[in-house]
Amino acid sequence: MRITKEEVRHVAHLARLNFSEGEEEKFTSQLNSILMYMDILNGVDTAGIQPMTHAISLGNVFRDDTEKESLGAEIALEGAPDGKMGFFGVPKIIE
Amino acid sequence: MEFNQLTIHELQKKLKDGSLTSVEITESVYRRIASVEEKVHSYITMMEETAIGQARAADRRIKEGNAGELTGIPIAIKDILCTEGVRTTCGSRTLEDFIPPYDATVVRKLKDVGAVFVGKTNMDEFAMGSSTETSRFGITKNPWDLERIPGGSSGGSAAAVAADECIASLGTDTGGSIRQPAALCGVVGMKPTYGRVSRFGMVAFASSLDQIGPITKDVEDCAIMMNVISGHDTSDSTSVPKEVPDYRAYISRDIEGCTIGIPKEYFVEGVDPEIRASIDTTIKTLEGLGARCLDISLPHTEYCIATYYIIAPSEASSNLARYDGVRYGFRAPNEENLLDMYRKTRSSGFGAEVKRRIMIGTYSLSSGYYDAYYKKASQVRALIRDDFDSAFTKCDVILTPATPTPAFKIGEKMDDPLQMYLCDIFTLSANLAGVPGISVPCGYTKGGLPMGVQFMANHFEEGKLLQIASAYEKNSKIERRMPEL
Repeated sequence: MRITKEEVRHVAHLARLNFSEGEEEKFTSQLNSILMYMDILNGVDTAGIQPMTHAISLGNVFRDDTEKESLGAEIALEGAPDGKMGFFGVPKIIE
Repeated sequence: MEFNQLTIHELQKKLKDGSLTSVEITESVYRRIASVEEKVHSYITMMEETAIGQARAADRRIKEGNAGELTGIPIAIKDILCTEGVRTTCGSRTLEDFIPPYDATVVRKLKDVGAVFVGKTNMDEFAMGSSTETSRFGITKNPWDLERIPGGSSGGSAAAVAADECIASLGTDTGGSIRQPAALCGVVGMKPTYGRVSRFGMVAFASSLDQIGPITKDVEDCAIMMNVISGHDTSDSTSVPKEVPDYRAYISRDIEGCTIGIPKEYFVEGVDPEIRASIDTTIKTLEGLGARCLDISLPHTEYCIATYYIIAPSEASSNLARYDGVRYGFRAPNEENLLDMYRKTRSSGFGAEVKRRIMIGTYSLSSGYYDAYYKKASQVRALIRDDFDSAFTKCDVILTPATPTPAFKIGEKMDDPLQMYLCDIFTLSANLAGVPGISVPCGYTKGGLPMGVQFMANHFEEGKLLQIASAYEKNSKIERRMPEL
């Protein structure tokens, strides 16, 4: 076992996902077989190898700090499930 | 022959000499869609009304004598690319009603040259899949056999080109999502070098691997599309400020003296015997044209899948954190509080495969496992890139099968995620190393299913790929077939 049902529950919490009891079972077993397959990487000697994070090394990309036209609040809010009075609405967070 | 069956370069000539209008081409495309779309289901959203308007504008532009390379050509757009005012779903319930307020850079570029947009094509949800079966909007069928998958994730874009429901299309490729469906549908597909094409306005999946590219009926069309979409963009800081050559100039050049590396690790058990035989014939054809084929080794090939399926889900888990039901996209009703709203929204907005990858990624990045998974995979990724660097000191291009098997049956791999992941075995190394790759048809199985050969080259050597691919295409003596629909 690489990952237990309790760990699946913990990772789901980190990822802000809910699973039913049945889904938890299924995900635990599928994640276990996937993670077991990943063990193949333990056979590679990576001592002293610099991790690669990008395919092309560009370094920092700078631009002039000039003002540009932006979308504007009205358009930015058009797709919001609960956009009102120029704000993104969310459930109450302060009692 | 109907207009919709022609290539971009064939249509360009007819548009230029005035024997055909863009409106006529566009109408022939929609007639085809009306007769086959019900069977194939390449599209999520049709854009017929605006397309006819674009075609009329293109015809005016051609008359005025200022046509660009794709003026008046009907193109299909993968539904992962933002189109201003047109729903962009990414194959997901999460973005079911999302209408982007701006165009992706590639979409803007196509608009600028006067292309006609046919519609938005079907795809695996958030591009996570190899069969287009994880789409929220139904399954796309392979035009060559409607009981089989078209490949994925750009399955709709590949099927639309194969079924002549458009002239060419745009796809995206994170681990093979252009090249694999192109191979399985018998068309040409290219993943450019990472940074060659702007990703601005592409819904992000794995940002260090994603790249937009063309799916076309032949290699020359691929070069034409590359001419239009390539280049630096200030809105995507990972796009590379490097001059774009005229890719069309590489078409029909001879390949005398080109060196082609054949990596032994790609010719192992599990490759379909008919694919293997067609690759052997391909090698002989290329040698007959004066290319020199040599055996090479990419020693870390066996680690590619494990590396990819840690890195891609890790980046995805971070990219998809933005879907919280607040700023745009789906929000689940009946929440108890903010946290509950996030959870309900994400749990019902995402499908099973997307959740599986978010879980793998979150786990790989979580405290206590980061070193064992994400960091380890990033180190192995460096070794995989080094394999390619060293191979390209010996050869101009690398030749491999594009896929281990022809298109499989719908439903065959849906219950076994690991088997599905193995479909990408020959394509995902190019994404890890950032190098360009192209898939070109190399024959049909006895059962009539298309097979593809893949060529890969060093960073920014798309020209070499087009040169070899077009020489092969012109000399392979593979008849051009049309699927019976």
